Amino acid sequence: MKKRIANWGNYPVVESNEETFSFPDQLNQLLDEQTAFIPRGNGRCYGDASLAPRTISTLKYNKILSFDISTGIFECQSGLTLDQILEVIVPKGWFLPVTPGTKFITVGGAVASDVHGKNHHIDGSFSNHILEMDIVLDSKASITCSPQSNQDLFEATCGGMGLTGVITKVKFKLKKIETSFIRQKQTKAANLEQLIQLFDAHQHFTYSVAWIDCLKKGAHFGRSILMLGEHAHLTDLNERQRRNPLQLPRRKQINFPFNLPSWVLNETTVKAFNYLFYAKNFKKEINTVVSYEPFFYPLDAILHWNRGYGKKGFVQYQFVLPLEAKQGLIEILSRISDKGLGSFLAVLKVFGKQESIISFPKEGYTLALDFPVKPGLLEFLDELDQIVLHCGGRLYMSKDARMKPEVLQSGYPDLGKFKDIVRKYNPEGRIHSLQSDRLFLTSN
Amino acid sequence: MSTVLILGATSDIGMALAKKFASQKFDVQLAARRPELLEPLQSDISIRYGITSTLHAFDALKYGEHASFFNSLSPCPDVTVSVFGILDEEDLAFDDWFVAERMINTNYSGAVSILNQVARSYISRQRGTIIGISSVAGDRGRASKLIYASSKAGFTAYLAGLRNKCFKENVHVMTVQPGFVYTKMTENLSLPRPITSTPEEVAGIIYKAYQKKKNVVYVKWFWRYIMLIIKNIPEFQFKKMKL
Repeated sequence: MKKRIANWGNYPVVESNEETFSFPDQLNQLLDEQTAFIPRGNGRCYGDASLAPRTISTLKYNKILSFDISTGIFECQSGLTLDQILEVIVPKGWFLPVTPGTKFITVGGAVASDVHGKNHHIDGSFSNHILEMDIVLDSKASITCSPQSNQDLFEATCGGMGLTGVITKVKFKLKKIETSFIRQKQTKAANLEQLIQLFDAHQHFTYSVAWIDCLKKGAHFGRSILMLGEHAHLTDLNERQRRNPLQLPRRKQINFPFNLPSWVLNETTVKAFNYLFYAKNFKKEINTVVSYEPFFYPLDAILHWNRGYGKKGFVQYQFVLPLEAKQGLIEILSRISDKGLGSFLAVLKVFGKQESIISFPKEGYTLALDFPVKPGLLEFLDELDQIVLHCGGRLYMSKDARMKPEVLQSGYPDLGKFKDIVRKYNPEGRIHSLQSDRLFLTSN
Repeated sequence: MSTVLILGATSDIGMALAKKFASQKFDVQLAARRPELLEPLQSDISIRYGITSTLHAFDALKYGEHASFFNSLSPCPDVTVSVFGILDEEDLAFDDWFVAERMINTNYSGAVSILNQVARSYISRQRGTIIGISSVAGDRGRASKLIYASSKAGFTAYLAGLRNKCFKENVHVMTVQPGFVYTKMTENLSLPRPITSTPEEVAGIIYKAYQKKKNVVYVKWFWRYIMLIIKNIPEFQFKKMKL
């Protein structure tokens, strides 16, 4: 059925014929039509990946196939979302090995974007925990791949934005937990310099991420809150929590019922928000034991929070810079604060080492920002791209709706290898998205 | 622990019902023409809800096998839900008797054959619930759903009669009349969003109605009134309409 679809940024919006399948033979029938398509999960990437005139949705292909409670090996179809997985595994003492900031993504999407979490410097990205997975190519052949077998297909699928085929089945290893709570430490940093020192001093923490107020200038440039966490042990819990240490968080969701007018987010309101966000932590350091929900998924509590950016939507901008390019980080942040484009909070995180051909993470600082779509934004982001490239960094395709092909090319030195693998497995070249067309990933 | 039998478990509503009943701690017997397709659903509901789920081959068109199919179920299910049905291209069915016959035999004859079997067994045990998923299309025949609507009309009438027959035997029969539902069957139609339900919503409403022992339930409720209006359009007017 034709409908208008968009990803989380509500930009761009396109007309698409979205088709679903519940069984392998239904997927085969869809592939028999031999028209171009892109696989699609829950549409929680931000830009134009997973958008195309024809999309094949995995959302109905969402069954749990096996879960070994003693070893934590979990296998499911690709359309299952992380929130459903958590409901099953947490009460049994297991957790996702890696989780992004929303639990409303499918497992297939987690692989295609090779998502990372607050623990990247310790545990790597999602693909590091995959034991094996099945990919259905546009020729209908189903291929099982893993780090050991059909390795090239495996590597090109992790972070490959769905271009290698339809991911249908994923088997991965969960992380053992004693409780469903997180021992959380929040530390305030008065400026960027302090923040980077704090990151260094706390690198042994499993989870770490910082929210930066990017409108502050002068001595408080880069003031921020560093959030650290560890899975809590039984002994960390208070008596009430200990009664049911593996409890699921209570669902408290509010809905953003309509699009806010675009003018609501302006420099003044964003400044006020950021002030409150920083000031709410009265003490310099706060230590608490909280449920995993507010720690990992603070924004999931507000359904459709993306509507806060209005009908025109927003663009996420996430890049990574090598550790030695701290100066680049400062330059980008100061450009943003000078421009006053109204990015709410910026999220900073330190990535650990990672070897991959098309996955985004690599060792360094990664910063993610939201910008409401408005005139001048795209030109401004092009300027930032130049700084990122100059520093030897790169951009995250899952967030991207606008980068130029040269930017991708220079950020990902193995891009040629990636394209070769895509062509090897899908010589007909029927799998492409608006993003891959834009970035020439799939043209011959 | 109670057991539910889902006839036609590969359908979208069938799968949603299996999940709903499993979440309420029912053991679930999944029956379909190709039961091997249901292995993922079987593992899914067993892992999620800690219940027992079994797979069974069932072909609505093989009337001769219905008795042995039902008698082989162990345990005998407390609740039987009949959710199978097909909707073919009506123009095709008008031209080709094979297509029309298959639709009638699946939606009506097949359902009557298996539910007679189930009802006999429930009457002899003096307990049990039969839930038949018919369609609002059966409330009034019309050109664009010529064969489908008449097969469902027959099924709706059958369920009403069966309810009457079984009442004094302590066996309850519930008729479900879904309106528009987003399923594989309707994927290529553009349905008006405000009056269209998801399979999960349908399953939730059916389960609630089952608990309350409803007789006829429309999904969603306003379809009862939409159909009331449609049924009351005078025939001399109705026959001129494009429906």
